[in-house]
Amino acid sequence: MSILVNKNTRLLVQGLTGKNGTFHTEKAVEYGTNVVGGVTPGKGGSTHLNLPVFDTVSDAVKQTGANATVIYVPAAIAADSIIEAILAGLELVVCITEGIPVLDMLKVRRLLDSQTGPTRTRLVGPNCPGVITPGECKIGIMPGYIHKPGHIGVVSRSGTLTYEGVHQLTQLGLGQSTCVGIGGDPIKGMDFIDVLEMFERDPETHAVLMMGEIGGSSEEDAAAYIKKHMTKPVAAFIAGQTAPPGRRMGHAGAIIAGGKGTASDKIAALQGAGIAVAKTPAELGVTLKSVLR
Amino acid sequence: MNIHEYQAKELLRKKGLPVPIGKAALTVEEAESAAAWVRSESGNSLVVVKAQIHAGGRGKGGGVKVTKTQEDCSAAIRKILGMQLVTHQTGPEGKKVGRLLLEQGVDIAKEFYAAVVLDRQKGRLVLMVSTEGGMDIEEVAAHQPDKIFKAVLDPILGLAPCQAREVAFALGLKSAGMEAVNAATKFFATMVRAYQELDCSLLEINPLVLTKQGQIIALDAKVNFDDNALMRHPDIEELRDLEEEEPAETEAKKFDLSYVKLTGNIGCMVNGAGLAMSTMDIIRFYGGMPANFLDVGGGATAEKVTAAFKIITADPAVRGIFINIFGGIMKCDTIAKGVITAVKEVGLKVPLVVRLEGTNVELGKQILAESGLNVVAASDMADGAQKIVALAGQVAA
Repeated sequence: MSILVNKNTRLLVQGLTGKNGTFHTEKAVEYGTNVVGGVTPGKGGSTHLNLPVFDTVSDAVKQTGANATVIYVPAAIAADSIIEAILAGLELVVCITEGIPVLDMLKVRRLLDSQTGPTRTRLVGPNCPGVITPGECKIGIMPGYIHKPGHIGVVSRSGTLTYEGVHQLTQLGLGQSTCVGIGGDPIKGMDFIDVLEMFERDPETHAVLMMGEIGGSSEEDAAAYIKKHMTKPVAAFIAGQTAPPGRRMGHAGAIIAGGKGTASDKIAALQGAGIAVAKTPAELGVTLKSVLR
Repeated sequence: MNIHEYQAKELLRKKGLPVPIGKAALTVEEAESAAAWVRSESGNSLVVVKAQIHAGGRGKGGGVKVTKTQEDCSAAIRKILGMQLVTHQTGPEGKKVGRLLLEQGVDIAKEFYAAVVLDRQKGRLVLMVSTEGGMDIEEVAAHQPDKIFKAVLDPILGLAPCQAREVAFALGLKSAGMEAVNAATKFFATMVRAYQELDCSLLEINPLVLTKQGQIIALDAKVNFDDNALMRHPDIEELRDLEEEEPAETEAKKFDLSYVKLTGNIGCMVNGAGLAMSTMDIIRFYGGMPANFLDVGGGATAEKVTAAFKIITADPAVRGIFINIFGGIMKCDTIAKGVITAVKEVGLKVPLVVRLEGTNVELGKQILAESGLNVVAASDMADGAQKIVALAGQVAA
């Protein structure tokens, strides 16, 4: 088992025929992901990379039985692609696109919030590397070969820092159940708590490595959740201890605003909840190993 | 992206928000004629001279002066224009004042605070108002949270009139009459619409004033924009004041590099924002100080790497460079080639430590080793950070 994606995931690619869509779909297929088709409005009826292309997501879902989608469309129209996927009833939407305007994401967020029940859509991202269940299904832009099947759940707001963490785990012989990049934007789909909840329920996940960064209060909320609800060990790292206040550090969401969202506050909250926090990014793997029971 | 107060007020005026009569000026002559215009438009001799820099606390630093006569006004213009204004947000070196706003004086009956902000936790915009006008809102939130009132906005409904009315009542405006309540209700609705139409990331009116004549007016205005949305506002992009921005950051933007200048002496080049922040942190952990944050992005080309290298080496404070790359989409051999091109073009006067990991790592390492350049290879992040701190320290000593 794993969370979110596995060998039964049937994946659509929105923006399949574009440069990014093409490149990363080739890599995903190579990895063994079951890609069933793509969507590019106007190119319906053609094929690309030997995959059928559809004009709309709902057409694609009807024809292929897809249950997940990944979005590689430009930022200006990406929120509309997310909305199209939600309205088509897909269970999982992974949005890789960086640079979506906040006001667009507020509308997406409202649509997600209005859904209830087990059939609601789960959105991962935007501005994220994607989701991978090693050996089964890779959705997104992460390098597949650094991963190894196993029992550590990984959740992170970053891209390459996640690869760093995964690489360190793999070097230590610790494989991963599923790795989820929740993205670096201020308004997004799944947050730490949502992923932690799934890892807690997943019998194949034995421990979790969580990588946060400055800005917002998701890590503080996660700390409170872990303390109250999680039985599995968690190790964490927070990036941005040396970031100056008021400056956006690459990610739209990585900013200390009004004295809130500092690394030291987050580290204190995590440690207060009994979570082991790595002192440096070179100790992500060993810190996780130290909490294994 | 930030803009000046006078630009913010001009934008808000166009959206229908009441702001004082005013005009901006770049020279003493322009300022004096703007002041004369303000006096004739307002029918009042009171003129406020306001320094225009991208920082708060201008009044306390001596950058704002209320003048009653033409002589006073001319003296204030000459004093403030060109001054090095120091506020709690500028740092001790301050900022040179290159622009002034000349504005009508307003008879203030009461001051309030109003802002539209993003509540990340709720995933909603919030209209936040307070009776404590002119104060730092973080101070009010910390010590008098009961003086802050909020309306949470639905992205589809926007600010419902009943919500706008509710916060107007909460501010106690009824004691000034229902006209004041209605004026504030309209003001808040306009404010929220302006935030949405302009794709702001912050719209702060502090103070918002009730005048003795019963008007509701924005005495100061701070507007920040969502950088992600600037693509649909080319007119706003034109308001950028390059004098207010770090030249290296402006240069980096041309190459789509994310760069933030810091105060240390170890230049960093990293792919990915999270890893870039972590690299700064580990340099600090081993006793060094990063000179910058620099994310070359996930799919950087050799040209981008070269541009990044030039920006880092152009900083005179840099005594050593640490390149930390985890190749995913970006291949390590691409980075290696970019670094070699850059070094050949601009030379290498400081120690360079390179840590490569990920896609095509062996090829990347081989290219660097065979280049004949004086590059110190690092086996991992900790090794690289320790090596660059030791080397940069030696240069500084």
